[in-house]
Amino acid sequence: MSDPMLDAPSTPSRARLLCAVDDLVPWAGVAGRVSGSEVPGRQVAVFLLPGETPEVRVLGNYDPIGGAPVLSRGIVGDVAGEAVVASPLYKHHFSLVDGRCLEQDDVSVPVYRTLVSDGWVYLLP
Amino acid sequence: MQQWSNDMNILVIGNGMVGHHFVMRLTEQAPQARVTVLGAEPHAAYDRVHLSELFAGRRPEDLMLADPSAYADRGVVAHFGDPAVAIDRRRRRVTTASGAAFAYDKLVLATGSYPFVPPIEGAEGPGRFVYRTIEDLDDIRAAAAGAGTGVVVGGGLLGLECANALKHLGLETHVVEFAPGLMGAQLDQDGSEVLRGRIEALGVQVHTSRATERIDEAGESPLTLAFADGSALGADVVVFSAGIRPQDSLARDAGLECGPRGGIVVDEHCRSSDPDVHAIGECALYDGRIFGLVAPGYRMAEAAAGHLTGSPAPFTGADMSTKLKLLGVDVGAIGDGHGRGEGVLAYTFQDPVRRVYKRLNVSGDGRRLLGAVLVGDCASYDTLLQYYQNALALPEAPESLLIPGSADVGLSGDALPDAATICSCHNVSKGAIVGAIDGGCMSIADVKAATAASTGCGGCAPLLKSLVDGELEARGLEADRSLCEHFDYTRQELFHLCQVEELRTYDELLRRHGRGYGCDICKPTAASILASLWNEHVLDDPHRGLQDTNDRFLANMQKDGTYSVVPRVPAGEITPDKLLVLGRVAKKYDLYTKITGGQRIDLFGARVDQLPSIWRELVEAGFETGHAYGKAVRTVKSCVGSTWCRYGVQDSVGKAIALENRYKGLRSPHKLKFAVSGCARECAEAQSKDIGVIATEHGWNLYVCGNGGMRPRHADLFATDLDDQTLIRYIDRLLMFYVRTADRLQRTSVWLENLDGGLDYLHAVIIDDSLGIAAELESRMAAVVGTYRCEWRATLEDPERLKQFRPFVNGAAGAGTDDGPVFVRERGQKRPATRDERERLRNDPRLVDVTELSS
Repeated sequence: MSDPMLDAPSTPSRARLLCAVDDLVPWAGVAGRVSGSEVPGRQVAVFLLPGETPEVRVLGNYDPIGGAPVLSRGIVGDVAGEAVVASPLYKHHFSLVDGRCLEQDDVSVPVYRTLVSDGWVYLLP
Repeated sequence: MQQWSNDMNILVIGNGMVGHHFVMRLTEQAPQARVTVLGAEPHAAYDRVHLSELFAGRRPEDLMLADPSAYADRGVVAHFGDPAVAIDRRRRRVTTASGAAFAYDKLVLATGSYPFVPPIEGAEGPGRFVYRTIEDLDDIRAAAAGAGTGVVVGGGLLGLECANALKHLGLETHVVEFAPGLMGAQLDQDGSEVLRGRIEALGVQVHTSRATERIDEAGESPLTLAFADGSALGADVVVFSAGIRPQDSLARDAGLECGPRGGIVVDEHCRSSDPDVHAIGECALYDGRIFGLVAPGYRMAEAAAGHLTGSPAPFTGADMSTKLKLLGVDVGAIGDGHGRGEGVLAYTFQDPVRRVYKRLNVSGDGRRLLGAVLVGDCASYDTLLQYYQNALALPEAPESLLIPGSADVGLSGDALPDAATICSCHNVSKGAIVGAIDGGCMSIADVKAATAASTGCGGCAPLLKSLVDGELEARGLEADRSLCEHFDYTRQELFHLCQVEELRTYDELLRRHGRGYGCDICKPTAASILASLWNEHVLDDPHRGLQDTNDRFLANMQKDGTYSVVPRVPAGEITPDKLLVLGRVAKKYDLYTKITGGQRIDLFGARVDQLPSIWRELVEAGFETGHAYGKAVRTVKSCVGSTWCRYGVQDSVGKAIALENRYKGLRSPHKLKFAVSGCARECAEAQSKDIGVIATEHGWNLYVCGNGGMRPRHADLFATDLDDQTLIRYIDRLLMFYVRTADRLQRTSVWLENLDGGLDYLHAVIIDDSLGIAAELESRMAAVVGTYRCEWRATLEDPERLKQFRPFVNGAAGAGTDDGPVFVRERGQKRPATRDERERLRNDPRLVDVTELSS
C-alpha cells in the first residue's frame, strides 16, 4: 500500500495528512506515526466516532500512567455522555474531548485538532 | 469464682472438633492465655462429621481442623498421642499414659464419646470394628481389601454414614437395625420407609427389627450374625455403629458428678460439680441430655470459654434439628418428628415417583410448627427451621408449605425477630446481619465477609439474600444490579435478551435496550455473550471494537504494550517436534520463554505486527490458539495417568485432551480452568479448578467451582463414579448454565456461592433437570462445539482481519519508533526495560545485558 505521507493529495496548508477515513473502523482505534517531536513518542491514537456526522478524534497514543503507547488499542465509549477511551493497561479513562484522565486530575494526554476533507484525515497544528 | 488472668494454666483434655473449637475461641478472646492441649489420638483435631469422605477420595489432611502451626502461633502447647489417665483434683494435676504430669488452674474436659458396642457374644475379634476415628477407618479399609460383604450394626445417622463408607470400599453392604425403622430417633415410620426405599435402590440391603444375638466364626462366611428371630447373615466385615456413650471415665474416677447413664453433669456455663473443671461436647450432660451433634458442642465450647474469660455466653440446651445427606439422600429432621404431643396435627406429603416424603407436625390450633420430617427433598428445610425455632405463625394453610417449591419463597427475612438464627453453621443472628448493614455493608458479599453468615453449608443463602435485600431496600439503598450506566440490566438479563430476540450485534442491543456509546464494561460483556451464543469470529467488523485488547489482537498484552503468545497444548502433552517448533519460533523472534501454570509455554515480547507471522509458523506446525487472551476455556491440566504412572487408575491425559478439545474456544463470563487427575492422589490439583475430574476405580468423580489464585476455594464434589457420557453431559450443562447466568467477571466459585440454593440447587438443575432446560443447555453447547474454528487460523486466512495487525495506519513495521518497546537481557533472555533503564538506554538503544547496565 502507498504511504500517504509521501503520496499526499491536495493538502490544506500547514495541516499534516494522517490517513484515509476508510482506514478507520468505527469505535476501534488505530495508531498513527507522525513526525515532529512535540508528539510524545511520535505516535497518535486515531478514533472514528460514527453517527450522523462521523467524527475523528486524535489523542497522543502514549498512556502516561501505564508508560506505553497503547491508547489506540483501548475500548471507546462514554462516561456520562463524554466520549472516552479506556487504556488497555490499567483501564484509566482519557477524554476524547480534552485528553484529561477521568481518574487522575493531574494526568492528561495531548489532543490534536483534525480536519476531514475529501475522505482524508489531517492533523491541524 | 476466680477472676480471669492470663497467668492461669488452662488445660484441655481432648482435641476433637469441640475441644479444638474451645481452644480457638478462648485464644481469640484471650490471646495471651496459657493453654495446653492433651490429645489421645496421634493427630490434631479433624472433621469427624465427614469421615466417610475419606473413602470418596478425600485424604486425612483434608479433614484436619487444627494446623499444628496455628496452635504454635497462638502459643498453645499441644501434646498428642498420649492419653490422660488420671485427674488429681486436690493437687490440680493430670497425668498421662506416658507418665507426664500437667498442672492446671482450670481444666476443660472435651473427651467426647466412644462407640457403643452391644454386649453380645462374639462382638470382639478379627473383622469386627467400630466407626469413630481415622485409625478405625484405616483398619476397616485394610479388612475390606479382598472382602465381599460388610454389615453395619445400627441404622441411625452414624450407621448410615458408615454404610456409605463400606459402599465406597466396594463391599456388598447391609444395615441391621434393632428398631422397626431407620433413623428412629429423628424420623417417623413413613419417613423411615421412604428413606429405606431410596437406600435399597442404591444397592444397600436394609434389615430392620433384627436384634443381633451373637456373632459366630464357624460358618460359610468368616463371620455370621445370628438374630433373635432365628435368621442369620454372613459377613466378612462387621462394623458397630449403634450409638455413642459419653467418655466420662476420667471424670468419674476423679469423683465428679456424673449421670446415671453416663455424662459429666454441667450447668449452663458447662461447669462440672468442681468449679475449676468444665466439660463440653458429647462427654457433658446438661439438663439430663447428651447433645450428640457438633453444633451444640460448639455452643458449649463458647459457653465455657466465655465463662472463663468473664464474658458469659450461657448454654441453655440446643435444637437438635439436622439436615444432612446420607448415601446421597437428603434427610432433614426438625424438632419432634413423631408428633407425640396431645392434639398434634400431622400434615404429610408423599411423591412416590420422586420418592419424596414430608411431614409437618403442627400445634392443635394450627399456628405453630412443632416438628418436621423431610426425606428426599430438603429444599424447604431452612424455611421450616425458621418457623420452628422462632415460633412464627404458620400460614393460613400450613399444608402449602409441603408443596414442592412453595416454601422456597415462603418466608422473608423481615418476618423474623432479631434473635432469629439465620446461619446455624456460624451462629449468626438476624440482629448481627442488620448490624452489619448498619455498619456499612452494602451487598450480600459484604455481609458474608463481615459476619461469616452463609459461608458454611450455604443452606441459608436464600434467606440471607431476602433479608439483606429487604434491609437495603428499607434504607432506600436498593441494590443496583445494572451492568453499567448504559444498560439497566444484569449480564444474565442481557444474555436472555440477546438469545430471545436473536440479537447478533452490540449496536442492535444498545439501540433496543441501552443508551449512549457504551463503555469498556458493557462492550466486552456483550462481546462475550454474543460469542457464547453465536460463536462468530471476534475480529469481524461489528465485534472488533467491543473486544478488550487481548481479544482484539488474540494475544496477551504485557506491561510494556507488547504481547505474549500461548499456543494450545491440550492436557500439556507435546511431541518433541512441536517443542522444537516452539523453540525455533521463540529464538527467531527473540521471545522470552516461560512455562505456564497450565502446562503450556508462553512466549513474551512480540509486537502487534509480529503476531501474524509468528502465528503463521505455529499454525503450519499444527498449533492452535490457546485462548489465553480470552475469558474462555483455558487449559485442562492433567497428571500422566495410568498410561505411565504406577498408581493411576484411568487415562487422565486422554480424558484431559478430549475435554480440552471439546470445550476449547468457549467464551464465558470469566476464564475457565479444568484439570483431570488419574487417581485419588490428585497430582493435577483438580480440586482447585472450575471443573475438576478425578479418576476412580469405577469412572470419574466430578468436582465443580473450585478456584486457586487470590481467593482459593476447594471445589465441591458434584457427582461420583460417572461414565464418560454422563461426565460430558453434566459438564456441558453446568458450563452453559454458568455462561448463561453468571455476572460479568464472576468466576464459577463466586457464582456458586451466590446461587440461590447453592450446591443443592445446582444439583437439581444439572442432574435432576428441575428447570427442564438440560436438553437446551446441551444443544447450545453442541452448537458452540460444532462451530469451533481456531481463531488464529481463521485470521491468517482473511486479509481484512490481518489488516488490523498493522502497527500504524500510515506506515509499515514499527521497530525503532520512539517509545516503542525497549528490552534488556537478563538470565539469557530479553525482558522489558524499566523506566530507569530506558532513560539510560535512550541514546544507545541496543539490546544489552542488565549486568552491563549496572556497571
